[in-house]
Amino acid sequence: MSQPSVGYTVGFAAALCLVCGVFVAGSAVALKDLQDTNKRLDKQKKVLSVAGLIEEGASPSQSEVEELFAKRIVAKAVKLDAGVYSDAVDAAGFDQRKASKDPSMSVEAPANSAKVARVPEHAVVYQVVNGGSVEQIILPIEGKGLWSTLYGFVSLQTDMNTVQGLTFYEHAETPGLGGEVDNASWKKGWKDRKVFGDNGEVALKVIKGKAGAAADDPYSVDGLSGATLTSNGVTNTIEFWFGEHGFGPFIENVKSGKVNG
Amino acid sequence: MSATPSIVGKKEREALIDPLFNNNPIALQVLGICSALAVTTKVETALVMSVALTVVLMGSNVAVSLIRDRIPNSIRIVVQLTIIASLVIVTDQVLKAFLFDVSKQLSVFVGLIITNCIVMGRAEAYAMQNGPVSSLFDAVGNGLGYSLVLILVAFFRELLGGGKLLGFVILPLATEGGWYNPNGLMVLAPGAFFLIGIFIWVLRTWKPDQIEAD
Repeated sequence: MSQPSVGYTVGFAAALCLVCGVFVAGSAVALKDLQDTNKRLDKQKKVLSVAGLIEEGASPSQSEVEELFAKRIVAKAVKLDAGVYSDAVDAAGFDQRKASKDPSMSVEAPANSAKVARVPEHAVVYQVVNGGSVEQIILPIEGKGLWSTLYGFVSLQTDMNTVQGLTFYEHAETPGLGGEVDNASWKKGWKDRKVFGDNGEVALKVIKGKAGAAADDPYSVDGLSGATLTSNGVTNTIEFWFGEHGFGPFIENVKSGKVNG
Repeated sequence: MSATPSIVGKKEREALIDPLFNNNPIALQVLGICSALAVTTKVETALVMSVALTVVLMGSNVAVSLIRDRIPNSIRIVVQLTIIASLVIVTDQVLKAFLFDVSKQLSVFVGLIITNCIVMGRAEAYAMQNGPVSSLFDAVGNGLGYSLVLILVAFFRELLGGGKLLGFVILPLATEGGWYNPNGLMVLAPGAFFLIGIFIWVLRTWKPDQIEAD
């Protein structure tokens, strides 16, 4: 094959880039709506499942999820350091993960074992309502496991101490070991455990081995066998987010009645 | 070449069948091992990955083959990569739009098809020299050869490591009230290494001509 001219080569490259660029950009733009809907639905599903409003493993349709979410869930932004609700950000559209990375919307976290680098000024919590009364409050949590950051939700009853449920919606732990944080029967073990000990400290821990019944052993959760580091990561995450730099002030305010649960 | 009355000539048939056992991309050419380790903990993810790779391979082989006489030789690798990368991005977007849960599990590995040696290897070794029809068959054949190994490995890993197949419980786990104690090795990457090794061993015992001379 004879060597083509430089002009031809450059022209060929430019034409190829143009065609490929149109192709890629076209698909990204055309599919964006569907993708955003999927992301939103996925999060709504997790919120509903941690609240116990949909069964673990059930696959409700899009309209069912949206209807249930609209009826039973109220998203609210919380100003973390003051521990009060705030209208400064739009709770429904707030992207907490983006906010955590933005220096103008977050603060550096003090050294902590959950390896949370930055804490957003605002966080979105979800109230589970039934008629006019609030039944549960769902708090977002995140922290490092063994390989990855685990993102999840904890649902608390209105005493702000009793756990209703816990779920992680995104992580990359080893399937079968740390990945067992997705195991339905493990997650069931969180129900009715207590977060705070007698002196107000965060006492809830993932232990090694089996925990007793929630009534006798309220501060322990079964360990994940073969995944000590992921288990510790979950403990550290709970400790951080329920502590003074996480939702501590908010929980205090709700308990003392200063803020309406 | 494709002037023969039947569109599927001997050459196309060989391009399709050969990569399954005679010239399997993973077992003989030992390409694409990285994703074969990463996405085979479950049959479902392996299936989706197989389809994604086969689609990308078909697209890239046909596209490269169609313009093979016009590609300036000095930039041919870059041209192939650009085509492959575009196809992979589009595939990733489609998965995110229509199979969101699976695409979450596959995470970066769909994107990594770009660096999967099978795709580029076939573009450079086959599509640059052959017409679009036989390139298409070559792509399907290699895609199936890859899929075969991936699904086989995933079958054993999910069954022995989690007691399930496609999410259905086959061997009830002891931790959930059954009797089966899962083999933890299977869910880790070395488990896939052993399985692929056994597969290659069985294949080379069956077809001794694949054994490399020292």
